[in-house]
Amino acid sequence: MLTASAILTDGLVYAAYLFIVAIGLTLIFGVMKILNVAHGSFYAFGAYGAATAVGIYTNGDWPAAAGFLFMILMGMAVGLVLGIILERGILRLVYGKDEVIIVLVTYAVFLILEDVIVLIWGPQSYAAYQPMVSAGNTEIGELVLSNYDIVLVAIAALLAGLAYWALKFTRYGRLLTTVIFDRETAAAFGVNVTLVYTATFIIGAMLGALGGAVMAPKIAVTLGIGVEVIVLAFAVVAIGGMGSIEGALVGALIVGICRAAAVHLVPQIELFVIYGVMALVLVVRPYGLFVRAQPRKI
Amino acid sequence: MFLFAAAAAPLLPDWVVSLVTIAFANGLVVLGLVVLWRAGLVSFGQALYYCIGAYAVALTARWTGFTDAFALVVIGGVAAGLVAVLIGFLLARYREIFFAMLSLALSMILYGVLVKTESLGSTDGFSVATPTFFGYAPHREALGLALYWLTLGVDAIGAVLIGVYFRSVAGALAAPIRDNEIRVEFLGVSVTSIIHTKVVVAGILGGLGGALAALAIGHVDPNMAYWTTSGGFVFVTILAGAGSVAAAFVGSLVFEGVRSFAFDVMPQLWQMTLGSVLLLTILFLPDGLGSVVARLKRRGEAKS
Repeated sequence: MLTASAILTDGLVYAAYLFIVAIGLTLIFGVMKILNVAHGSFYAFGAYGAATAVGIYTNGDWPAAAGFLFMILMGMAVGLVLGIILERGILRLVYGKDEVIIVLVTYAVFLILEDVIVLIWGPQSYAAYQPMVSAGNTEIGELVLSNYDIVLVAIAALLAGLAYWALKFTRYGRLLTTVIFDRETAAAFGVNVTLVYTATFIIGAMLGALGGAVMAPKIAVTLGIGVEVIVLAFAVVAIGGMGSIEGALVGALIVGICRAAAVHLVPQIELFVIYGVMALVLVVRPYGLFVRAQPRKI
Repeated sequence: MFLFAAAAAPLLPDWVVSLVTIAFANGLVVLGLVVLWRAGLVSFGQALYYCIGAYAVALTARWTGFTDAFALVVIGGVAAGLVAVLIGFLLARYREIFFAMLSLALSMILYGVLVKTESLGSTDGFSVATPTFFGYAPHREALGLALYWLTLGVDAIGAVLIGVYFRSVAGALAAPIRDNEIRVEFLGVSVTSIIHTKVVVAGILGGLGGALAALAIGHVDPNMAYWTTSGGFVFVTILAGAGSVAAAFVGSLVFEGVRSFAFDVMPQLWQMTLGSVLLLTILFLPDGLGSVVARLKRRGEAKS
């Protein structure tokens, strides 16, 4: 029983982390049809920005909640700057090329940004555990939960709700939906597609950085943290269906629970299980769980 | 080109020989990617076959004590080829990003399995036995040269065969498939089986490259299956372009050269250098380095 509830809570926490990272990736893919390898860099930059923020506020004598907020804002600010630079500086030049070529462009950007991190923050690793420690623990029966993990799940849930509301009920969200559905028709009806692209990319970048920022207290912020995140987020997005927000949610839950189950029951297959699930889903549903059928174009 | 490179070998310093060996071993993997790329497919998991080829060689030598380099390379190629046949049934149904993603997932599965297999050294991998050549057992410099010639030989055979394949009907259909698959189907050709063949060809080449690399490096580890390894191969493919067979090897050579140069001169910034080269290639030479040669040739013809 304890194992079962541990699997469930661990899985939920891991799913929350995956969802926060994957939602930005799936948003960018859905709207722009760009599989953004540089998303891992957004994550890493967010984490480094957050670590810096934690360093600042633990030196000054700030209340914990303000510090947490500062950390998140700092991470997202880094994402904002990075998103603007990349979209306006580089991606703008390659719109209209093959999807696969654009993947490689983002791969090149990813390589460059890996070294930019070294230039800005140096090769040493950062610890930013303070928010996690100051949040304390909650005990439910025999299960000990970190309050920080609970906040993480809450943030993920909030993001899911926010994304749903923004897409269905705001003007920008509806414009976005039309662009996702058919870019050319939307442009013909006077939607400023370029603007939608820029905005989407920046939001996606901020979400990626947010993922890094909230994870910073749980991990050692060190070189190469972006590399693993990319393939994880890819797996989640591929399971759910590229470009689908609800798909990312379901994908994150599936991967989160499966991984937690593997960690608790058969630790040897921990890494294997994530991609195993992904391959399995893709065999049955080639384009993911939540994707509408594409018409064949002759 | 291969004959020239083979003849020049004894004159070159050791480090050049080993660099070129690795570059030409990887060139085979890139050639496999070129085969796919001509049909518009990019595999972000080609390291799967590379790794299988390498581990097949290492494990055969370790378990049976069999160290003949020629046979080991063949074993590496066959092992990867068999895996490619199986995977091909699945992969051949996918295109574009999904093809890339699924091959990525498959290579990451292998990576995950290898990392967790402690009997095979987990993340550290293990050493490969020193190869012999029909009973001839060279050491140090002589071994390096022998492997160099072996790599060149395998490359030359591979290059000729792939050249033949490109001129065959199945090879020539690559560009039409890339442009419009449904019309190719209307010609009465099964696109799926052509792509399946390409996956297998690329897999065999990947396995051969991995086998040669394992012998040349003398060590195998799970990182050979990691997605960044695949990324490197795709990088070279774009750098080289799909124009010709030779471009794959020249591209691989340029890549290894740039990498060791950047690593030497600015160890902190070699990834940035690689990324910038890739970005500039895509922006200004969308058809790869090979297109420069083709363009110069055309200009020469226009003048005469």
